[in-house]
Amino acid sequence: MKRIEILKTYKIYIGGQFPRTESGRYYTVKNSEGKGLANICLCSRKDVRNAVVAARKAQGVWAEKSAFNRGQILYRIAEILEGRKVQFVEELILQGQSKKIAQSEVDLSIERLVYYAGWCDKYNQILSTVNPVSSSHFNFSNCEPMGVVGLIADQKSPFLGLISALAPVIAGGNTAVVLASVDYPLCAVTFTEVIHASDVPGGVVNVLTGSLTETASALASHMDVNAFVTSNLGKELNIPLQLSAVTNLKRFYEYSEDWNNSTAQGLHFINDFQEIKTTWHPIEQIGGATSSY
Amino acid sequence: MNKKEKWSLSPSLESTQHVSIQKQYSLYINGKWVKPNSGIYFPSINPADESHLSSVAHANEKDVDLAVKAARAAFPSWSKLAPSERAKYIYRIARVMQEKSRELAVVETLDGGKPIRESRDIDIPLACNHFFYYAGWADKLCYAFPNRKVEPLGVAAQIIPWNFPLLMAAWKIAPALATGNTVVLKPAESTSLTALKLAEIIDEIGLPKGVVNIITGFGDTGAALVNHPDVNKIAFTGSTQVGKIIQKAIVGTSKKATLELGGKSANIIFDDAPIDQAVEGIVNGIFFNQGHVCCAGSRLFVQENIADKVIRKLKLRLKSLYVGNPLDKNTDIGAINSKEQLEIIKSFISVGKKEGAEIYQPTCEIPKKGYYCPPTLFLNVAQSHTIVQEEIFGPVLTIQTFRTIDEVIQKANNTPYGLAAGVWTDKGSRIFNLTTKLKAGVVWANTYNKFDPTSPFGGYKESGFGREGGLHGLAAYTKLS
Repeated sequence: MKRIEILKTYKIYIGGQFPRTESGRYYTVKNSEGKGLANICLCSRKDVRNAVVAARKAQGVWAEKSAFNRGQILYRIAEILEGRKVQFVEELILQGQSKKIAQSEVDLSIERLVYYAGWCDKYNQILSTVNPVSSSHFNFSNCEPMGVVGLIADQKSPFLGLISALAPVIAGGNTAVVLASVDYPLCAVTFTEVIHASDVPGGVVNVLTGSLTETASALASHMDVNAFVTSNLGKELNIPLQLSAVTNLKRFYEYSEDWNNSTAQGLHFINDFQEIKTTWHPIEQIGGATSSY
Repeated sequence: MNKKEKWSLSPSLESTQHVSIQKQYSLYINGKWVKPNSGIYFPSINPADESHLSSVAHANEKDVDLAVKAARAAFPSWSKLAPSERAKYIYRIARVMQEKSRELAVVETLDGGKPIRESRDIDIPLACNHFFYYAGWADKLCYAFPNRKVEPLGVAAQIIPWNFPLLMAAWKIAPALATGNTVVLKPAESTSLTALKLAEIIDEIGLPKGVVNIITGFGDTGAALVNHPDVNKIAFTGSTQVGKIIQKAIVGTSKKATLELGGKSANIIFDDAPIDQAVEGIVNGIFFNQGHVCCAGSRLFVQENIADKVIRKLKLRLKSLYVGNPLDKNTDIGAINSKEQLEIIKSFISVGKKEGAEIYQPTCEIPKKGYYCPPTLFLNVAQSHTIVQEEIFGPVLTIQTFRTIDEVIQKANNTPYGLAAGVWTDKGSRIFNLTTKLKAGVVWANTYNKFDPTSPFGGYKESGFGREGGLHGLAAYTKLS
């Protein structure tokens, strides 16, 4: 007799927990033949607000971890993902991807996580400067995370696109509220389980599912979100979001990248979510001794 | 001398004899002075005595279009010019500005009302140095952005405020030229003169025509510039309100923007700080340039156990501040930049009183003519007071107390702005604890309102985005790939 499979309930991920949407609603995602794959949470604006609160709460904790530790945690995500590769490949195939492409996308996603893991304790060295000011001050400019980032996952590259945009955000000490691909959300939800098992503090990554018309503008106009990023979303959808983002002058990035490309990664993706802070510290000038002694 | 006799200051006026201000200024477009299409010239007033200084052209949409066209036409050859040659032009600007620095300082003070001591010792030298600094970057951009291809953006539209007129022009023009962009600059309507003097210098040094165009006018001129379809970059310094309008206006276009906007910066005094030095820092933080400073330390936080002492000393110090003729070298606080701004400051002061805060203003003689405001303290204020929340842009300081570090960090960060902050303490480790946690683009430890061309300046949150100055300032004018 064929074993009855245990089907998975796809839930959302807020503050390190897996609730259902507070609205109690769902939508069904289907494969290309119209067969239902799963009932997915149809998130509300309230879910968005809850996720932002969780992301804000976690941001200080995450930013104050040592850069080295953040690197280890990102590497840990890659490790755990490697072990669960098959599941992600299967989900991509379920969602209509060919096996070959699914495999290469998951591989590349893991590589990308390792790539950004390595950046965690290096980008600040490269992007910072010591500034030789004319007064008697030690003056330096270094990176600080922007804070909470709203992220609309690539709708057509639901896994690799998500990882490619998310990894530089969290590598830089930011926390994220992710709106998963509407039609292909399976991998994004399953990825939260990987995050959960990788020592990533709760709230650093929050993943919501549902309709963008409902959630995206709520996130883009939220006063406690510092930056916003979309990937290959198209001008028509980006413009209203950009207009909403002006309410608190969010830094807004609209990436149009082929994430399969080896050039679709780099320091500048991290830099996009960093603020430069300049510190002036006095240098004591009392005695007459010079450095030539 | 009788001890009871009051000491008075002998006036020490800076001479204006060597200064040339034309009766009327047209627009500097494509290397020529051209009359505005609008046919309108508006008066430039000396805020210190309300006298008429000059008449300045009001550029309309057509004038803006001409200026942008000139900048566009100049762009191909300017951006292809050997970077080391580009550098030489910028060095020339710096040098001639240095030669004319005293004249520029006097004009700045006449036109804007800031004390001559500040324009002479701070504004003008910094402006010259800014050109000198960025000149040297022109042929070294590959070192600023390793592994990336660096290209200019194109035509940069630059709109600057009235608080540091020439310095802001330098902050905008120098990095734009060094990276190979061409420029249309619009100074603020109340302070156009030093930008026009800069146009004369640019003309004198032989910068190719159209590379820098300087057009004067009001908000409508600025709006036309922002909305011009052939502009690639907007650089704006001004209010957060206008910054948001600009940001909205360019949505859906490929225009890049950097915005340096408002602030409500915290100046934090701990009980182990050198008190007298800190009191000087408080004064410099808020009364520098009459408080017309986006990064002014307008919210003072004093640790509770030293609050009485600090406030007593601060009040005493306020009594000795000299408010008056900006051309007088004794003057600490000059004229408020315009009548409109004086009205804004006065209305904030009356709101402060109405909301129940305790006001302190020293009795000081204020000139009968001109726009002046005495240094003002507000005590017994809470976070919710309007004068604690909103940018006043005048010599008005609110004073709050705190007990613990965590408390002051929360209070300091509790604002939509994030431009600057000051921390006064003797303890180095505490400085770095605070500077790390304060959400602000510039943090001064045991000092305030210090600027340098090598030092990036710019805000977090609603204080805008992008940096000006230093290596980071180059990024605002480059396309990297």
